[in-house]
Amino acid sequence: MRQRVLIGLAAIAAVLFAYNFHTIFLRLPDEASQGAIYRIMYFHVPAAWVAFAGFFVALVASVLFLVRKGLRYDRLAVSVTEVGLAFAAVNLITGMIWGRIIWGIWWTWDWRLTSMLVCWLLYAGYLMLRRAVDEPTQRAKVSAVFSIFAFADVPIVFFSIKWWRTQHPQPVVWGGGSMDPAMMSALFANVIPMLVLAIVLTALRMRQEEMRQEIETLRRLSYAA
Amino acid sequence: MIMRFLRQSWTIAAKDLRSEWRTKEAVNASVSFAVVILLLFSFAFEPTSEQVREIAGGLLWLAFAFAGALILNRSFARELPNDCLDALLASPVSGAALYAGKALANLCLLLAVELLCMPVFGVFYNVPWTEQFWSLLLILVLGTWGLTVIGTMFSALTVNLRLRELMLPMLVYPMMIPGLVGAIQLTSHVIAGQPLAGDVLVWLRLLIGFDIIFTALALALVDYVLVG
Repeated sequence: MRQRVLIGLAAIAAVLFAYNFHTIFLRLPDEASQGAIYRIMYFHVPAAWVAFAGFFVALVASVLFLVRKGLRYDRLAVSVTEVGLAFAAVNLITGMIWGRIIWGIWWTWDWRLTSMLVCWLLYAGYLMLRRAVDEPTQRAKVSAVFSIFAFADVPIVFFSIKWWRTQHPQPVVWGGGSMDPAMMSALFANVIPMLVLAIVLTALRMRQEEMRQEIETLRRLSYAA
Repeated sequence: MIMRFLRQSWTIAAKDLRSEWRTKEAVNASVSFAVVILLLFSFAFEPTSEQVREIAGGLLWLAFAFAGALILNRSFARELPNDCLDALLASPVSGAALYAGKALANLCLLLAVELLCMPVFGVFYNVPWTEQFWSLLLILVLGTWGLTVIGTMFSALTVNLRLRELMLPMLVYPMMIPGLVGAIQLTSHVIAGQPLAGDVLVWLRLLIGFDIIFTALALALVDYVLVG
């Protein structure tokens, strides 16, 4: 049953992606000032949204774990954090490719880039922390507390670095221009398959984590016997 | 209730400070380390007085953050031999009071390290840092409190971990960035001889907000980490 739902969701994501690719690459024209490269935005922006949605779900799962003590909340937390990190990486990398072509540089310490990088490092730290703990319940507890701290930190990071950067001269300013409605709707349309893809990946990762925990338990049992 | 919490925290803090006073292990190591870092900075760039004043905050807080990790690492780890941590948890002291006491002791130790480093910094880099001593002290206390609140929490979090000495700084520094940015801005501003008023007050507010948020979060969550 679960398998069928997952395959169904993946199929929906694939169909929506195919439709959106057609719109993005064939029907919509190049942007007036940026040319073809602007299309990376259709993946860059939704990736960030999906990543933050993932981190928010990780926060909820972490709180639920501390309150209810069920290891399945821990499985959800780690799976969704990993998927969120992958999408955050997509966001960073597509942003860098865009920056290389439009700005001529791979990286600049603009507040958005810096904040996203800090956010990525925080959640990468979460995964590192997990690897350093062997005992499953303790690992879940420690990483749940860290996840809550990280989520509380993210908005402060964004605001502080924004204030810091606005006091310094910026190498490049990407003003908030308006967007053509057709491009805007294509952007929103691409959020849905990205989100569905993230859900499928999280579910797969959760099942894998469940099996991993089961193997761990069996191994412990065999050692004890 | 509140009085008992404060009394218990104070007992823990006094215990930590007393044992540190008798050995002076952590503070000695931490001050030496901070001085070495300040020395290394002199090779990273040509230190003229003008330049140094502009980046004084960054230099100082990087040194403090590195030196602080030494003290924070030991905060809970020092209770591991002879199962002292288990004894402390079994005592009628709540996890939050234990944490608050440890954080208080770490704050005192880190402030001592910082105040010992300031004259060295002033002499080596030819910076008059005593001009606005009280403003600077306020910034040091607020910035250090942010570092200690997060650092002590993560010290409790990582106490039983493999690679504890590595994990703590790796987890604390990214988390500390907003507090560090605020403290660096304020410190550079004050050392450059400008008054603590006007636009920079936004950083003071950020620093205070940062401290309050993470103190509350740590006190609320520390029992899960220590007791379970």
